[in-house]
Amino acid sequence: MLILTCPNCGITAEETEFHAGGEAHLTRHGPGASDDDFEKYLFMRENPKGVHFERWRHVYGCGKWFHAARDTTTLEIFGTYTAQTSTVPQDIIDKITDRRPDWQPPETA
Amino acid sequence: MSEPISALQGATYTQGIAEITALDPIGMISLRGDLTASYLKKPVKKITGVAMPEVRGINLDAGKGVAWMSPDELLLIGPYADVATNLETLHKAIGSNHALAVNVSDARAVFRVSGVHTREVLAKLAPVDTSRDAFAPGTIRRTRLAQVPAAFWMIDDDTAELVCFRSVAQYVFDLLKTAAQPGSEVNYHRG
Repeated sequence: MLILTCPNCGITAEETEFHAGGEAHLTRHGPGASDDDFEKYLFMRENPKGVHFERWRHVYGCGKWFHAARDTTTLEIFGTYTAQTSTVPQDIIDKITDRRPDWQPPETA
Repeated sequence: MSEPISALQGATYTQGIAEITALDPIGMISLRGDLTASYLKKPVKKITGVAMPEVRGINLDAGKGVAWMSPDELLLIGPYADVATNLETLHKAIGSNHALAVNVSDARAVFRVSGVHTREVLAKLAPVDTSRDAFAPGTIRRTRLAQVPAAFWMIDDDTAELVCFRSVAQYVFDLLKTAAQPGSEVNYHRG
């Protein structure tokens, strides 16, 4: 069971009040993009054993989207942050490196 | 105009550890927009007579009030008969600005749960800490009750009011009855 804090309304609740929205920080390749880029955008996802960045929606609460950084094996939540960003904030990266010293931030994040 | 009729027409349940009442329709206006803008703050103050609520707050005074629903949404509560006039006030104040005010009174059902076990009844159904410290009067919580969305707030220490969608009114009433069935006290939140 994940316990997430929604940065939009400040409520800390368990995961049944939220809905997962898949991998975060994707770059959209739309009309005019190459077939390779478009395929990657549509179908190719990270599937890490470890640190992962995700989109979540506070579906039964304020209804807003946000981002979460968590570990897919231990289910530890490193932090949640605003959806209005295309990069991972430094304080989240710091929290992850505190807990996972060997972890390297992904180039795309 | 036809008479407003609530979904469960005042159904009550008094045999359990908390008393459950389906309330008569109340006026509810959903207001979305920039909550810091004066074209929203002024009419809200004029209509409800209470101050803007804090994040997750609800300010109620004699059946009128305003609740914080999300960073860009408020719920205005008041008498059912006043909704049309209040909407007009809002629409005039909003003018051409980007905001939305809608009458949702008939889309909702309202319940009251009262008695010393009220907090327990809610805690059985929603993933919410309903202890006295964490959930005091003046706070509203949008969440789920079993499988459906709902929002509730405390009127006083032992009384809660709850809104849900009208289409699930019977489901919510049955849920509350089950959670309040005789002999189901847990006594976790008592004094």
